Amino acid sequence: MDLDLPPEHELLRRTIRDFAANEVEPVVEEHERNRRFPTDVVARLGPMGLLGIPYPEEEGGAGLDTLAYAIAVEELSRVWGSLGIIVAAHTSLGCGPLHLAGTPEQKERFLVPMAQGRVLGAYGLTEPEAGSDSGGTRTAARHEDGPGAGSWVIDGRKRFITNAGQAGTYVITARTGARHDGSPEISAFIVEAGTPGFTVGRLEEKMGLHASATGELLFERCRVPAEQMLGGRGDGWKTFLKTLDGGRISIGAMAVGLAQAALDASVAYARERRQFGRPIGTFQGVAFMIADMATEIDAARAMVWRAAWLKDQGRDYALAAAEAKLFASEVAQRATNDGVQIHGGYGYVEEYKVERFLRDAKLTEIGEGTSQIQRLVIGRRVLGLKVV
Amino acid sequence: MRIVVLVKAVPIVGNERLGDGFRVDRGSGLEPNGNDEYVLEAALKLTEAHGGEVTLLTMGPAAAADALRKGLAMGATRAVHVSDEALAGSCARATAEVLAAALRRLEYDLAFAGADTSDGQGGIVAAAIAARLGLPYLSYAAHIEPGADGATVRVHRLSPAGYDVLEAPMPALVMGTQVLGEPRYPSLRGIMQARGKETLTWSLADLGIDPARVGAAAATTRVLTAAPPPPRAGATIIRDAPDVAVERIVDFLAARSLV
Repeated sequence: MDLDLPPEHELLRRTIRDFAANEVEPVVEEHERNRRFPTDVVARLGPMGLLGIPYPEEEGGAGLDTLAYAIAVEELSRVWGSLGIIVAAHTSLGCGPLHLAGTPEQKERFLVPMAQGRVLGAYGLTEPEAGSDSGGTRTAARHEDGPGAGSWVIDGRKRFITNAGQAGTYVITARTGARHDGSPEISAFIVEAGTPGFTVGRLEEKMGLHASATGELLFERCRVPAEQMLGGRGDGWKTFLKTLDGGRISIGAMAVGLAQAALDASVAYARERRQFGRPIGTFQGVAFMIADMATEIDAARAMVWRAAWLKDQGRDYALAAAEAKLFASEVAQRATNDGVQIHGGYGYVEEYKVERFLRDAKLTEIGEGTSQIQRLVIGRRVLGLKVV
Repeated sequence: MRIVVLVKAVPIVGNERLGDGFRVDRGSGLEPNGNDEYVLEAALKLTEAHGGEVTLLTMGPAAAADALRKGLAMGATRAVHVSDEALAGSCARATAEVLAAALRRLEYDLAFAGADTSDGQGGIVAAAIAARLGLPYLSYAAHIEPGADGATVRVHRLSPAGYDVLEAPMPALVMGTQVLGEPRYPSLRGIMQARGKETLTWSLADLGIDPARVGAAAATTRVLTAAPPPPRAGATIIRDAPDVAVERIVDFLAARSLV
């Protein structure tokens, strides 16, 4: 059993850490304050290969693995949660379904430019009435005959979509009919920005992750050619369940990065800040908080890496990914909260940025399946019962 | 154009530890010396523009492979790693002798070296190698370009008043500065490609050097003592609005006759 990272992964971690510290960190505060999407920073990630890490070179990717991708998301999130979620949503949710279910033509046309970082991707699953209950999808697509295999006309609305308005390619789900048992038949479609009938609606004013874009997608008689159906008719459900399994690893990695950021800041502060004539880190009340943070972060990272490793081995990783995401996101919540506590009054003001880690970390307990949904997934697997 | 870049594997800046005999511990956690990355970048740009290849040359312990891996990931063609247990504790004179011997076995038009290293900070090895090999030595380069005839190299050497333009026949040894331009970050593709690149490992026997001439016992200089720098005392942090802050900083410097 070898628990050392391979040398390539170590170099990748070092490279991203240097890049994040030197090129990213200096612009974080300004973008967060103005809620501005970091177009310039994202444009630099593509040529470095950071927007298609786990996909093969023939699909435009860097040809690395899920472990490398998890390390990258952690290191970016450690400096900037918004950038972490932008990369995670693009890679796992935007590129993921195309990698899983795309035809060679679809991969060439849509996935290659995305994985090379020339086009940003987004994934439209959630709707105003369909969050954890994705089966409640109302957005519908109707087939119309025409030249070739005809076209699909999409009507409906998506909500809380990461990279909305910034992405060039969107993979969305829609009802295309009903199954024999009456449940909705869900299919996936590729929709490019600028397609008539497709617009981006309201952008959300979020609690955290202020520099990432989250918004509505509106479809009104939006027509896409039949070649832009992704996977077979009715396969949309299967594809997005698999996509979410993979996405959970990256949200887990993002949570580890935010927790580590809180720990780094807290260690530095607890060594330097003096009260009662001594550094506050010499008081057990503070030291024990730091000890718990360090312990939990190590455990969370090990879980995220194990889920990534299982995926890379081609093994079943769904349970490991749900466990890792659940645990890491709750660790992030505790660690960032303690980070603010250790900083005292300084932690509550924006200048010390630990309050940002806390606000950003909250998302990891919600996005790509709430903690409750993760427990449902885990409970069902462990019990072998239909837990509801 | 064939360029050999001399690279020293140094402890990651900020993590330096002193080992036995006041020697810097280079057992693990090494990266390419920062100044060497600047000349590597210049070498990569030159070969990208004019064709050719870049060979990394280092002398160091096994852990130096990590530093070479980064150089290869940045785009170097191959690496040569001179490694031998007898080399531990070598002084600058022995280092120059070993690297000069390695260069004799390589074919190149130019050899590049950084100004100095973040751990030893001697800044003399490159000049000593040039002296041993009888190579033209062009130091403090801010810009490097091939001469018009293809047989010479031209550099801008920093001087107190600006720069001097120097030209020399190749092969030549160029010592570069950070003015050459920021080194690139390795791309992920570069990191993967580095796995398949050639790294030659040479021992002292390969170079025909008697182990008695190198290492701690043969060192011509001796470190008498070494200590970490004292912590920086009482920094003044100014958090005022820019106009007020500028005024306060200028006053601070003026009071010490620094402006």
